[in-house]
Amino acid sequence: MQSFRYRPQPRIGEICRLALLALVLCLLAVPAVAQPDDEAFADLVRQLNADSFPAKSAAAAAVAESGHPRAEPVLRALSESRLFFRIRGGDVVIARETEDGYALTDPVTGEPAGEATRYEIRRVVINNAIRGEIQDLLAVAGLNSPEPATREAAVDRLLSNLSREATNLIRAAIEDEPVATIRETMAVALALSRLEAEDPAVRLEAVGALEGALQDRVRNRLRDVAEQDPDPAVQRRAAEVLTSIENERAWWGLAEQVFFGLSMGSVLMLAAFGLAITFGVMGVINMAHGELIMIGAYTTYVVQQLMPNHIDASILVAIPAAFLVAGAFGVAIERGVIRFLYGRPLETLLATFGLSLVLQQLVRTVFSPLNRQVNTPSWMSGSLELNPVFTLTLNRLYVIAFALAVFFVLIAVFKRTTLGLRVRAVSQNRAMARAVGVSSARVDALTFGLGAGVAGLAGVALSQLTNVGPNLGQGYIIDSFLVVVFGGVGNLWGTLVGGLTLGVLNKFLEPQTGAVLAKVLVLMFIILFIQKRPQGLFPQRGRAAAEG
Amino acid sequence: MTEQRLRAHSPRRALVAGALALAGLTAGPAMAQDDPIRVGILHSLSGTMAISETTLKETVEMLIEQQNAEGGLLGRELEPVVVDPASDWPRFAEQARQLLSEDEVDVIFGAWTSVSRKSVLPVVEELNGLLFYPVQYEGEESSENVFYLGAAPNQQAIPAVDYLMNQVGVERWALLGTDYVYPRTTNKILEQYLQDSGVAAEDIMINYTPFGHSDWQSIVSEVREFGSQGKKTAVVSTINGDANVPFYTELGNQGVSASDIPVVAFSVGEQELSGMDTEPLVGHLAAWNYFMSVPTEENLDFIQAWHEFQGDTDAVTNDPMEAHYIGFNMWVKAVQRAGTTDVDAVKEAMIGVTVPNLSGGYAAMMPNHHATKPVMIGEIQPDGQFAVVWETPGEVPGDAWSDYLPESADIIADWRRPLACGNYNVATATCSGQDYGD
Repeated sequence: MQSFRYRPQPRIGEICRLALLALVLCLLAVPAVAQPDDEAFADLVRQLNADSFPAKSAAAAAVAESGHPRAEPVLRALSESRLFFRIRGGDVVIARETEDGYALTDPVTGEPAGEATRYEIRRVVINNAIRGEIQDLLAVAGLNSPEPATREAAVDRLLSNLSREATNLIRAAIEDEPVATIRETMAVALALSRLEAEDPAVRLEAVGALEGALQDRVRNRLRDVAEQDPDPAVQRRAAEVLTSIENERAWWGLAEQVFFGLSMGSVLMLAAFGLAITFGVMGVINMAHGELIMIGAYTTYVVQQLMPNHIDASILVAIPAAFLVAGAFGVAIERGVIRFLYGRPLETLLATFGLSLVLQQLVRTVFSPLNRQVNTPSWMSGSLELNPVFTLTLNRLYVIAFALAVFFVLIAVFKRTTLGLRVRAVSQNRAMARAVGVSSARVDALTFGLGAGVAGLAGVALSQLTNVGPNLGQGYIIDSFLVVVFGGVGNLWGTLVGGLTLGVLNKFLEPQTGAVLAKVLVLMFIILFIQKRPQGLFPQRGRAAAEG
Repeated sequence: MTEQRLRAHSPRRALVAGALALAGLTAGPAMAQDDPIRVGILHSLSGTMAISETTLKETVEMLIEQQNAEGGLLGRELEPVVVDPASDWPRFAEQARQLLSEDEVDVIFGAWTSVSRKSVLPVVEELNGLLFYPVQYEGEESSENVFYLGAAPNQQAIPAVDYLMNQVGVERWALLGTDYVYPRTTNKILEQYLQDSGVAAEDIMINYTPFGHSDWQSIVSEVREFGSQGKKTAVVSTINGDANVPFYTELGNQGVSASDIPVVAFSVGEQELSGMDTEPLVGHLAAWNYFMSVPTEENLDFIQAWHEFQGDTDAVTNDPMEAHYIGFNMWVKAVQRAGTTDVDAVKEAMIGVTVPNLSGGYAAMMPNHHATKPVMIGEIQPDGQFAVVWETPGEVPGDAWSDYLPESADIIADWRRPLACGNYNVATATCSGQDYGD
């Protein structure tokens, strides 16, 4: 095959430019020369705070082209909204928020530049267009970063906007790239650039090289090639490769739906575990269950308020705290209200419904009707990218793991502990249990407290996914009842399987029918299912079931 | 209970009343009215809308306090009458009836959702009351007894779409909304507007979710896929209230940044952002007629007064608060102009009233009972504030009946005599082109 020379004329120009750039960079390294350059750079930085967005955009480009060693940190600060200006004088500074104001850094030298209050400095405002331009500029610089994550982000960014300069840089860097996945993405970028070649053979080879690349940009580009390439062989090959890519993307799409379903299911499960205990084991219809979840979420908020500098650890403190606080509320509810109403399910329903309204208004009075902000620890933010079309969001992964952990701990409590034994005894035959010396009143209180505590745990998980506000519980009470009824009353395995099934079912219906109809269909499915199997998925066996 | 307590005599009120009585004695019998002017406040203080409406109730209370400090109105003191319709729509109608017939208020400031306004509408029309409505809404309505101080679609949705189309170059549109009247009507108008502007049907995606929807994984993933086809894509969000927090969180988690797929929201303001971690939302947009970050003197005064009233220097202000500020001042001016709080006289005096807004311009009341407003596009900043990135050159008059819907294109509202009609069809020259009452 004839080797192809890629647009020779501009390439020489590029090389000259790069050489020149290198020369400038070398010169910059010499301090004697750097001094007057600093002034010019400081001037450019001041222009970042120009009056109009086009002027700011031009200034950002000028900063990038200055080749100044501080250009990259300054642009990064600008794109991350950390660049401020002093209201008096207009000097531009990099600022970091502290407890009582801002700590300043000189953008030109990188040295600390004192402190400021929020009345002394104001943010340099940019818009999305400039933010995008800066990301493109930074991506080119990022290719040479020692950080693999930065290089990866840089190549990903460049894929969608592949300039000739970027292609050349990638071609120069690909040989020395130590990380295999980044090398692959770089190869995809180079193949994409070869699609522009004049020689059909090169284009054909490039299309082949793109096989298995799942990036959006690749698919969209191949779609164009399959329709518009002047060479029919290239068109055909592109169509083939496109089909295989589309098929693979479809598979990953399915995997994504399953993941969404499982994660939604695990939320349902968590919300329903506590109910499975109070409703299933004790036969109490607790309409305030949702508010116990809410109390767990507010506990998380309070814990974060108490340890503002340790957000990462706060969740680990919040888990036992929420269990204890919600559990204490549960014991109080059982002792104060429910114990007078055993055997009168309709009255427990009404009493606990009233209680739920009281708890909501209590929270409104104590914390205000506004939602409270619960921060996500850094280790739970972001996502795990398996490939360009399939990413697992970390907070959801942790919630799935947490739900399973809660499940196994509960199973162990019921199967292995004395409390579990007594709970099972009381729930199966109260009179007999009392006859053998089990204090049924104490067991009732502890069981209700356990159910409430587990609701509190669900609240910790939900605080990471949704609003922490007075209405938090209402959104989950219906779903929890559905899961418990569907899974089989009083059965933790039923709650597990029921929750996951409903989650997955919902997520497979949703893209077809929309979220509103999906909910209706799931409800109808449960009604039909209960018609067939009134006891749910896992019916209770033995006397208790027969009596009930 | 609440009303009772609020109407009870405070020592300060007694002082003012005494002073006024003295003033009345010296100025002659014509001024000797010491009956307070009653201002009804009809905002939910409990239930799902309390999150937004509590602040508005407090805003009106602050405005009343300020007005009283300046000597009241027509030499009379203003007295707030607060009720709590508890986010329950039929209750809005009951409480409005109670305010007008039992408490005999002279004006009502209130309602947030369209359904609550629609519930109150027949009551204020029947009893000839005055309602000042402070929230942006879907339009297609004009009542003789209502003054609409929030944005109509042509004062928010249409300019926002224009901005994205012309300044950002958006070609594909995902219209996401909560499933109720405001998003559905707004999206109907927007869909028509986009198609009229040459956007192909397959480049418009419409999706509705229930109130308080919290599991956004599939929808965000759909939007990502929709936006991955190589055309610049934006989300136009009419998602309401609580559902926004998990929506934005999911956008952040799935790595959808504002420079890839910007979201422009019509119901997310400073108040809603105050309960969110805004770091991942930087650059997403909102279209309003006011932002707290607007650096005018009027606004700084207003913010300072609000902070003092709340006793909290972190309290935020937002667009519906400005709407109450404008509406309240308009009403004060109209009452002064009419020389009475009589509803018919005030209604007439309202048209043409002009008061300063908080962003350095003026708001004028149009004959169709909608106000003129500037339209601003703001991008979310890390501190939960918006930076204005675009603004209409002047104030835009509110259009009661959308020109972009075929069924309302010919309809206008004009409450001046001799027309005095809220739904005049210019094509057929009749005055009942649309039944807006339900």
